[in-house]
Amino acid sequence: MKLSQLAIGQQGIIKEFTDLEMSVKLMEMGCLPGELVKVERVAPFGDPIAVSVSGYQLSLRKKEASTIELI
Amino acid sequence: MKNKLRVALVGNPNTGKSTIFNALTGLNQKIGNFPGVTVDKKTGISKLPDGQFIEIVDLPGTYSLYPKSADETIVFEVLSNQNNPSYPDLVLIVADATNLKRNLLLYTQIADLGLPVIIALNMMDLAAKGNMEIDIDALAKRLNIPVIPLAARKIQGIEELKKAIQYHTKIPLQLPTIDVEVIAPELIKDISSYLAIENPYVALQIAHQHDHLKYLSKAQNEHIKALEIKYDFHSQKAQASETIARYNYINDILLDTVKYTSVALEENISNKIDHYLTHKFWGLIIFVGVLFAIFQSIFAWSEYPMLLIETVFVWLAEMGHQYLPEGALTNLLIDGVLAGLSGVMVFIPQIALLFAFISMLEDTGYMSRVTFMMDRLMRKVGLSGKSVVPLIGGLACAVPAIMSARTIESWKDRIITIMVTPLVSCSARLPIYTLLISLVVPKKMLLGFINLQGLAMMSLYLLSIITAVLVAWVMKLIIKSDLKSYFIMELPVYRMPRWNNVGITMYESVKTFVTEAGKVIVAVSIILWVLASYGPSNKFELIEKKYQTQEIIKGYSPEEINRLRASEKLENSYAGVLGKSIEPGIKPLGFDWKIGIALITSFAAREVFVGTMATLYSVDGDDTKMESVREKMAKATNPNTGEIVFTTATAFSLMIFYAFAMQCMSTMAVVYRETKNIKWPLIQFFYMLALAYAASFVVYQILK
Repeated sequence: MKLSQLAIGQQGIIKEFTDLEMSVKLMEMGCLPGELVKVERVAPFGDPIAVSVSGYQLSLRKKEASTIELI
Repeated sequence: MKNKLRVALVGNPNTGKSTIFNALTGLNQKIGNFPGVTVDKKTGISKLPDGQFIEIVDLPGTYSLYPKSADETIVFEVLSNQNNPSYPDLVLIVADATNLKRNLLLYTQIADLGLPVIIALNMMDLAAKGNMEIDIDALAKRLNIPVIPLAARKIQGIEELKKAIQYHTKIPLQLPTIDVEVIAPELIKDISSYLAIENPYVALQIAHQHDHLKYLSKAQNEHIKALEIKYDFHSQKAQASETIARYNYINDILLDTVKYTSVALEENISNKIDHYLTHKFWGLIIFVGVLFAIFQSIFAWSEYPMLLIETVFVWLAEMGHQYLPEGALTNLLIDGVLAGLSGVMVFIPQIALLFAFISMLEDTGYMSRVTFMMDRLMRKVGLSGKSVVPLIGGLACAVPAIMSARTIESWKDRIITIMVTPLVSCSARLPIYTLLISLVVPKKMLLGFINLQGLAMMSLYLLSIITAVLVAWVMKLIIKSDLKSYFIMELPVYRMPRWNNVGITMYESVKTFVTEAGKVIVAVSIILWVLASYGPSNKFELIEKKYQTQEIIKGYSPEEINRLRASEKLENSYAGVLGKSIEPGIKPLGFDWKIGIALITSFAAREVFVGTMATLYSVDGDDTKMESVREKMAKATNPNTGEIVFTTATAFSLMIFYAFAMQCMSTMAVVYRETKNIKWPLIQFFYMLALAYAASFVVYQILK
């Protein structure tokens, strides 16, 4: 299951990343393996999405969210 | 004299770093809630309790020492090079208590650079509200450095922070965070000995960042590259394992020092607000509504102050003509300098209001939501959601707006944003629009509540934004790049705007406008007055003689003679000659030679247009009665045909020309500085000129 496949309100735990370059940037922003992520909302035009992670809200594009594998 | 102690201020965006900087230094500058608003290096002086003065350097906000955008590169550049003029004696790390985990990542990186550090733990009030218990003493003990709790927005803890700075040690006390050397043992060793660096983490960072570090020579850079190949160093893999190791260390520390009892309250409130503000339908409606309200307010609220300023200047000019001795100097002072000054001053209310609104949008966190909502749309046309900030900033002034495009990570997105930002109607066009709209658009209410003039103004702004977007789309197809664009951005919780901050922004923007633009405008006004008052060879004498001949004196009334003589003089002045020489080129756009003069003089800065008009028409009119520029322009007629000069067609054609043409030296200079290639400002200048000419032509021919 990928983060981009979650609907609003659903949550999951980060397992791993499928893109090394993206993983470095995401981890710096607190998206780490073992961390709980919850999809809070989707932008009016369907992309990007906003998720809660590490106690704050992060927005990222669906394409970027698709590099995050959930447990 | 001993050099001042230098303290560098470092921290994630949205941690209140700028607020702390202001509280420490009392220096007036702009603070925003939007990630990356602090782009330039800012310094200030602070006085410590013992009377000592220290220098504080505000470094750009960043989430990590690994830079993601152009302005973040400066942080490691400064902190790793002892020869850098900003190299600090002490680093003050501002961390958001409600977001401690992510904020501590930057702390661990900076701690490992081996500089003395202090943590300012900001937003303690919000952390307490969110039922988050932080054991400050335990945290300080674990890290072995001073940790000062603050609530900077409420100015709590600033004195304690100053004391901590005063009592800081010259030797770094922090305990090591992670074992850096494990990441690339041989490479770190070789770089350390090659560059004579003691600190292993500085060596590792150099391995990652050597390509853009300015203090490394080309040979050094090549040598490090060779070393990396030799040891098979993979930057991203090394960075990933470092980040994971750092978070393991942070989790370990947080386990003993922080207790969460429930979800943060502020976050919940923000979520509820966002439910509406970023709603699929309502979010967009609210966004358009916000823009609409801003422009309506700018028009409505600035009307009376503008009228007041105009009246004062008309009165001053009347007084001047009445009490000063007649002569060239008086004319220069009143028709040149005073007319130019009034052209500048009258727009202060509008500029102040526009900047106040933009600063409020940034400060509350709404600007980030606009970025979030618009990203998809922006990406379709080759921009990024982050381009929204430069584009909206461009409503105020393209110069800072283009600088703010530094936060856009992708090169292509950034170039396109820079290329189209000057198309967005900036505040310098506001005077021109205001003047011309008030000439040709009736002051009526539509459906009882929509101000017709405000509507015309908003249409011009919308047109400028739509054009910017279309041009971006064309450029997306032309400019090639294989670099990935991405969009990973924090959505800060909503906050109330800081009113004194809004006030500071208004004050600073007006000050900049009056001093920077004002200087140019007054200088140009004087030059213009000279150009309009004197002419080549002996033409002026001939005109004087012509109007003294008997047949003319008999044929016309004295007033008519004055008017005809003045207009013939202007026509034969240097300015008239210049304007006439370009008249054939601008005639299809509906412009006469007088407008031609204004086009030439406002090449350096658009706002000169109104000053030029003021000068041209006070020279032109009969001197018996002082009128404002607006009234004079409304009455202006073509001396040959007797037709009104500013017809609806001409006025709109002129507004469109000013909307699209690149008439701003400062913008061209900043584009060159930001892109480091003369090609971009030149392309920009010519495409905008061509666009302006074509659009004006079409508008004039249709409305004619």
